[in-house]
Amino acid sequence: MGATLLETLRGELGLSGTKIACGEGHCGACTVLLDGVPVLSCITLVHTVGEREVTTIEGLREHPLVRSFVRADALQCGFCTPGQIVSAAALVGAVPEPSREEIRHHMAGNICRCGAYPRIEEAILTWRD
Amino acid sequence: MARLIKTEKEVEGRYEETWVVVEEDVLDQWPAGPLTVVGQAVERKDGLERARGEAPYTADLKLPGMLHAAVLRSPHARANVKRLDLEPARRSLGVRAVVGPGDVHVLTDEPRYPGQPVAAVAADTFRQAREAVKLIEVEWEELEPLLDPDEAVARGELVEEPRRFERGDLERGLAKADVVVEAEYRTQTLLHNCMETHQSICRWHGDRKLDVFISTQFIWGVRERLADQLGLDPDDVRVVCEFMGGGFGSKNGPGDYTYIGAELAKRTGRPVKCALTRREESLATGNRNATIQRLVAGAKADGTLTALGGEYVNAVGWSGFSPMTGGPMQYLYACDNVRVVEHGARLNAPPNAAFRAPGFVEGTFGLECLLDELAARLDLDPLELRRRNHLDADPEGRSYSSKNLMECYRLAEEHWARRDTVRARSEGSWQRGVGLASQVWFGGGGPPSYAWVRVGADGRAVVVTAMQDIGTGTRTAMAQIAAEELGLPLDRVEVALGDSARGPYASISAGSSTLPSMGPAVRSAAADAARQILELAAQRFDKEQRVLSLKDEHVVASDGGSWPLGSVCELLGDGQVLGKGARGPNPTGMRVLTFGVQVAEVAVDVETGEVRVERVAAIHDVGRIVNPLGARSQVEGGIVQAIGHTLSEERLLDPETGTVLTQTLDAYRMPTIADVPEIVAEFVDVPDQHLTNLGSKGLGEPPIIPTAAAIANAIRDATGADVRSLPVTREELLRALREARERVGAVPA
Repeated sequence: MGATLLETLRGELGLSGTKIACGEGHCGACTVLLDGVPVLSCITLVHTVGEREVTTIEGLREHPLVRSFVRADALQCGFCTPGQIVSAAALVGAVPEPSREEIRHHMAGNICRCGAYPRIEEAILTWRD
Repeated sequence: MARLIKTEKEVEGRYEETWVVVEEDVLDQWPAGPLTVVGQAVERKDGLERARGEAPYTADLKLPGMLHAAVLRSPHARANVKRLDLEPARRSLGVRAVVGPGDVHVLTDEPRYPGQPVAAVAADTFRQAREAVKLIEVEWEELEPLLDPDEAVARGELVEEPRRFERGDLERGLAKADVVVEAEYRTQTLLHNCMETHQSICRWHGDRKLDVFISTQFIWGVRERLADQLGLDPDDVRVVCEFMGGGFGSKNGPGDYTYIGAELAKRTGRPVKCALTRREESLATGNRNATIQRLVAGAKADGTLTALGGEYVNAVGWSGFSPMTGGPMQYLYACDNVRVVEHGARLNAPPNAAFRAPGFVEGTFGLECLLDELAARLDLDPLELRRRNHLDADPEGRSYSSKNLMECYRLAEEHWARRDTVRARSEGSWQRGVGLASQVWFGGGGPPSYAWVRVGADGRAVVVTAMQDIGTGTRTAMAQIAAEELGLPLDRVEVALGDSARGPYASISAGSSTLPSMGPAVRSAAADAARQILELAAQRFDKEQRVLSLKDEHVVASDGGSWPLGSVCELLGDGQVLGKGARGPNPTGMRVLTFGVQVAEVAVDVETGEVRVERVAAIHDVGRIVNPLGARSQVEGGIVQAIGHTLSEERLLDPETGTVLTQTLDAYRMPTIADVPEIVAEFVDVPDQHLTNLGSKGLGEPPIIPTAAAIANAIRDATGADVRSLPVTREELLRALREARERVGAVPA
């Protein structure tokens, strides 16, 4: 079987910001963007990426969401956080002022076991402050 | 000066009195309320590193030449290995070493729970290791597993002797009661499911020195246990954990994976990472054990409790410990006649592990639901019933170091008062209601714990201690405490933690103990450094030291004069001011506990059995709050986890074979952002005057304790149904609704 996008990012490219937490597409920790669209890199085979642009947390380090996550205390252990921010970046890219409902709908695939959800919602609501 | 004292120490509800060496705690507490840095809401120090994906977790570490391990785990709940052939694995591509039963003490050919390790492989890549494990040939003799906890107790299959606690005479108390309620409650097995799976990397230097990089809650515990097991000098075992991705109680020790990794690393002469997959995580890293709780309560017509009795069965699994499920019944209410019996059933199921207030989460569900059933029978307000039975003094004659539960109840009133309007919003099949539940737990921490504070010519301070921040924000809290004591802004203080070779002994991060154990040590170290800085300043500015203090990066004289701190520190050149501090003793003869109450609002669809939690208000009494922002996050996180525990999470075993059915995160359903209600977090925020120089207790566990009962009591308020089994599935809710209808129907007109 071919390598996954996640294995390529973390292994060959040494980009360890993208995390592996379940490895089978259930938790969202490995979320990256392909041409701006969030995908689960642990279940995406790297050869299917083709010409699409891959954006990982390493490419979003200066995104205002990073600051708003820290400001709102939207992380505890922080292991799921890069995936959360990548997902949120896709959301605010498409909908700059998302409603609480839109946030909850869009972010429901990113599990945070520490339960930072109320702060994550706050961080996305205030990302441009 | 170091002293030898007898002190009380508890972790996760296990409580013991031991001799320890402590240094005296000579500092007076700071005044109550927010100070310059302590008590202010601040961002976490390592927030940016974590959010930007730069923080190196154990999962992210790659050492030169590192191999990857994979473990063959028993697919059966109880079986013997009749024949084992490791050769095909040895011949597989990339494989460097294979170990089996007899090679490492945790590998067995007689597995007694599903997921117990049997053999392991180290290979160049993780994929190669997994492929090689699949090639191992095993012939199994399957045996009948023991899965029923009641049957295990009846057969005397226990992990430890039953624990009995008795005060007064239960039968006499029941005889004196005007009303008696009895009920059986059940709670399910729950999985920690830390986002970073359990893992470590072992690297040997020769055959006597071992480095272990591990995702852990207890650097020093891993060091001691590995040294003990491997016959090494503890100082030859270095344990490192700078960032870790969640533990919740499951990462307090080395784990089988580290013992396996250490042996494979020794055999290959190369670093070996042993990282569990999510499916292994669901089998072999511990769980919150299921319970059966047979409870009885008796009360006078005015609500005065006369009797409380609990027969508890903890479905512990093959090994582990039997938690204090009867703890809330012992500690929460004034009642002269109490009997608690706790059985720890040994089953052919994965061992339990501490999970965020083990025992008290489960026991509070039973007790606080029973109290509401009693309130209904007595036609008493549930909050009033709890006030009437408030325990003013510890029944064993100890005073509380501090207790503000009545203040929590007072603060809960405004949330409790919402119930008429909440109920009035019921519409059609959606019924609404409000419920509450009280919380008691430990959380006082204890000695020993140490910290150093280093101040250099640049006027910056570094707190050095080999503790770990498991995501609760304790690194930030330590920096706040040191900054406050040194009169520095927070950005002038760093915390160097996470390495047993770099700093002194530090507490376990479990049992809500990091802040109350480490905080006072850090303050004491900062005070020692401050004293030395003031000694220099007194000489430099020709002042008596007693008139000098540090404030806002200045040396301030009470009789006039103020000099920038830098003007003293720059004199150091390459010199350093080194302060050291230790955690003082806990107050002798006092009970150190945390308290709280939560009020939940729910909506229940009585046709489909769907439950939605709409609001939870939490009021906790944990002494001084160091970082209100981090404290709120702890409360919210605890409640979110508790909502999962209450409504959706359950580890399921196949009732015939005992194998685990819920090994993936689609099957084991944790809350998502869409499941979260409005959460209000409030604190009494009064320092515990008897507890250390800080007056803070721990907050990691209290918020998860009362939520399930508060939700269940809200369901009863909304519908009249008594749910008695977690999770509250639709089946359970519809059963409870049916039972409630039959009960109403049975009442003579």
